[in-house]
Amino acid sequence: MSLRATGSQTVGPYFHLGFSWLYVDKLAGPGMSGERVTIEGRVLDGDGKPVGDAMIEIWQADAHGRYAHPGDEHDKPLEPGFKGFGRVATDENGVFRLATIKPGRAPGPGGQPQAPHVVVSVFMRGLLKHLVTRIYFPDEPSNADDPVLNLVEPPRRSTLIAKTVAGSEGLLEWNVILQGEGETVFFDV
Amino acid sequence: MAEITGYRRPHWGTQPSYLHPTYGSSQRRSPTKPLVVLPHTLSEVTGPLFGHDDVGPNDNDLTRQHAGDPIGERMILTGRVLDENSRPVPFTLIELWQSNAAGRYRHKVDQHEAPLDPNFTGGGRTLTDADGRYRFVTIKPGAYPWRNHHNAWRPAHIHLSLFGPSFLTRLVTQMYFPGDPLLPFDPIFNAIPDPIARDRLIAAFDWENTTPEHALGYRFDIVLRGRDATPMER
Repeated sequence: MSLRATGSQTVGPYFHLGFSWLYVDKLAGPGMSGERVTIEGRVLDGDGKPVGDAMIEIWQADAHGRYAHPGDEHDKPLEPGFKGFGRVATDENGVFRLATIKPGRAPGPGGQPQAPHVVVSVFMRGLLKHLVTRIYFPDEPSNADDPVLNLVEPPRRSTLIAKTVAGSEGLLEWNVILQGEGETVFFDV
Repeated sequence: MAEITGYRRPHWGTQPSYLHPTYGSSQRRSPTKPLVVLPHTLSEVTGPLFGHDDVGPNDNDLTRQHAGDPIGERMILTGRVLDENSRPVPFTLIELWQSNAAGRYRHKVDQHEAPLDPNFTGGGRTLTDADGRYRFVTIKPGAYPWRNHHNAWRPAHIHLSLFGPSFLTRLVTQMYFPGDPLLPFDPIFNAIPDPIARDRLIAAFDWENTTPEHALGYRFDIVLRGRDATPMER
């Protein structure tokens, strides 16, 4: 027998009451393998105003490209203790920050490896269902062959690729632009 | 490599569009460009998992988080979490948040002129059991004004958040109460196009779980996306 999925509704502005117990802004423990990166950005609405009541969740593979999930049956080591889940709220300036490790390459369609990426859900008042997007990494040659990036028209691909912040160590900038000029690519999943 | 089984796209009418003009906040926060249709990869069919270590034994009882009893109509909320293939979703995290009985959230942004309840915070969580069942004890939330339109009042509702087995099964929804006269006027409730799908957001009064001299019972079943029968990725 088949059922129909329950409808999505907005998180509203008061989601901290339900979500703050599980805020995770540091994904990598000490001694964990992988390149340390901090992803920092802003969420901006159609008027260019910061969204101070958004929540971002991320899910990613470890440095070996392995997901901490039984659905990943690949013969690769699983980094002990790496959960791959992050959840942060924006501050009043629309800013969020996640300290993590650059993931390895996970398999994609046709067995072709995907470029390193983080999958992202965006929640906020005004969003009746969450938005889904991805974060890719700068100066990554495999971006050119990534099966998902290649689905996106070339001028918009840059919205999915974080930018190196000059003079910083491991700091990357990646913004969520909800509408208009530079609108982030969102996926229908 | 192993074949990946994707997830079914939601059935027409069950999910809202991003832009729902009568819900004012959606106008400047919904994407304007078409979404890019994504094939489901290992990145999407996996997702965060949570276990019993993450949830405390009383985290599902919002009436026992303070020294005193919260004010309002005590209620026991139970239900099952199933997927579209009618299979229970066991051991999945459900997070819940809500206003107090007077329609006020314990949040600095909520300036609604209704009293805060010192004995009610309004947040809880639990895991479904092996059969996909869950249970919360809480207080029935109140309606509150929200300035979306003339005389706008949100119907009483409880926010619920679920993960399910993958990134694709993530769901945040709201549960409403049967017989609420505010429902026909609420643009958020009405953003679900199909009236049958909309009515599934309304809990049922549950006489079996109503306990004498203590609490009213409500039942709310939640259906998460189901997997496709055919592998998506070869």
